[in-house]
Amino acid sequence: MGIVSRGFGGRRSSRAVNLPPGQYLVEDFPVLSAGPTPLVNLGSWTFTVRSETGEAQEWNWAQFLALPHESITVDLHCVTKWSKLGTAWEGVSLDTLLSDVASSAEFVLVSAYGGYTTNLPLEDLLDGKAWVADRYDGEALSPEHGGPARLLVPHLYLWKSAKWVRDIQLLNNDEPGFWESVGYHNYGDPWREQRYWGD
Amino acid sequence: MARAAVLGRLSWRVADVVDIVEETSTARSLILDVPDWPGHRPGQHVDLRLTAEDGYTAQRSYSISSAPDGGRVELTVQRVEDGEVSPYLVDVVEPGDRFEVRGPVGGYFVWDPDDPAPVLLVAGGSGVVPLMAMIRTRAARGSPAPFRLIYSSRTPGTGVYRQELRVRAESNPGLEVAFAFTRVPSTATDAGRRRVGTDRLRESGWPPDLGPTCFVCGPTGFVESISRLLVDAGHDPARVLTERFGPTGG
Repeated sequence: MGIVSRGFGGRRSSRAVNLPPGQYLVEDFPVLSAGPTPLVNLGSWTFTVRSETGEAQEWNWAQFLALPHESITVDLHCVTKWSKLGTAWEGVSLDTLLSDVASSAEFVLVSAYGGYTTNLPLEDLLDGKAWVADRYDGEALSPEHGGPARLLVPHLYLWKSAKWVRDIQLLNNDEPGFWESVGYHNYGDPWREQRYWGD
Repeated sequence: MARAAVLGRLSWRVADVVDIVEETSTARSLILDVPDWPGHRPGQHVDLRLTAEDGYTAQRSYSISSAPDGGRVELTVQRVEDGEVSPYLVDVVEPGDRFEVRGPVGGYFVWDPDDPAPVLLVAGGSGVVPLMAMIRTRAARGSPAPFRLIYSSRTPGTGVYRQELRVRAESNPGLEVAFAFTRVPSTATDAGRRRVGTDRLRESGWPPDLGPTCFVCGPTGFVESISRLLVDAGHDPARVLTERFGPTGG
C-alpha cells in the first residue's frame, strides 16, 4: 500500500463493478487522439490486409459493408485511467478479415488514416477478440471516435484500437507503433496495468 | 517528431507539497518536491495516486506546468465538479501533505527546446497548463524560437497564469500572448474578446509557410475545432500536435 494521503477518502462507486487496477468509471465517452481528426472520404476509403510476403487483400467501403457484421458489447479501458462499461458496437471480426490470408507471421502493425500506428501480436486479433467497427451505439461511427471505421481490441488498452484504421501489415518481427515508441507498454494489458515501458 | 527519453520502469515516487499558488477560484498550482525526479520535457504529464486510510487508491493524470528544475515539479489542477481527485487537490491539500506520482509520461505532445522553428500554442481553459511548461522552458533555456500563445478562456477571471503571462509577454523577447474570452458581456468592444476562429488564428498565429509547430490543448470540442481550422488553413497535419482533455470526472 502506498503512503496515505491526509484527508483523502475517495469516492467508491456505488455500482459493484470490477475495474482493472488504477482505472475509474466514466459515463461519457472521452476523446483522445494524437493530432487532428482526419476526415476520411468514403468514396476513397479502403481497408487492406497485407501478409508478410506482400500479398494484399483490399476492401472498399461498399465491400466492407457487405461483409458479415457482428454486434459486440464490450468494456473499454483507456491508459489515461478511464473505463467505460457496456459499450455497443457493430463491426467485422478480424477472423473474417484475416480468413483468406496465408501467413506464418506472429505480429501486426496497424496503420491509420492520419499516420497513427500501433502494434500487436497477431493472436490478439484472432478468435473473436478484435473487430473493425463501423457503428457505435446504433449509429455510424463519428470521426472523432474513429469513423468511418476503427479497430476494436477491447481486451487491451484503448490506444491499441486504432481509430481511422486503414491497413494491417502482418510481420515476422514485432515493430513498435506510435505510442509504443514513446514510452507506452508494448502489449498494454489493462488487467496487468501495463501502461508504460517496464510495467 | 520528438522521441521521448523515457527509459526503463516508471516507479511511484513520494511527492511532498512544498507550496501552493491559488490561480483562480477553481484552480491551483501545487509545487512538489520529488526526490530522484528523473527530469521531464515540456508538455509531459505525471500520473498521480492518492491513497485513503483503508488502502483505496485513485489515479489521475496531470500535466506538468513547470520547466525542468531538479526535483521541483509544478502541477496545475482545475477542479472538476463532482470529480474524485481534483476537488481534493484543489480544496484539501496543504503544504506538507504527500502523495505519489510517477512519470514523466508522454513523448508526443512535447516541445524540443533545441528546435528553432516558430511555435504556435493554442490553449482552451486549463489546456494552457502543458503549454505554460513550454513557455517557461523556452525562457529558462534562452531559446530564440518565436512563440505565440492564443489563450481562450470563458472570462478573464477563469484564466490561469494571467499575471505571469502578461509579465512574460513584456519581458520575454519573441513571446507574444493573445487572450480570447468566450463569455463576456456583449457590450465588450475589445476585439480580442471572442471565440477563437479562422481570423484569430491568422492574426495571432503563424502563416503555414513558416512551418510552425502548433500545439493545441483544451477540451475535446475546442481541440477538434482549432486543429481542423489549422489544417484547413494549410498547416501540415503532422505539425499540429493535440492534447484533448475529456470531461471525465477527474
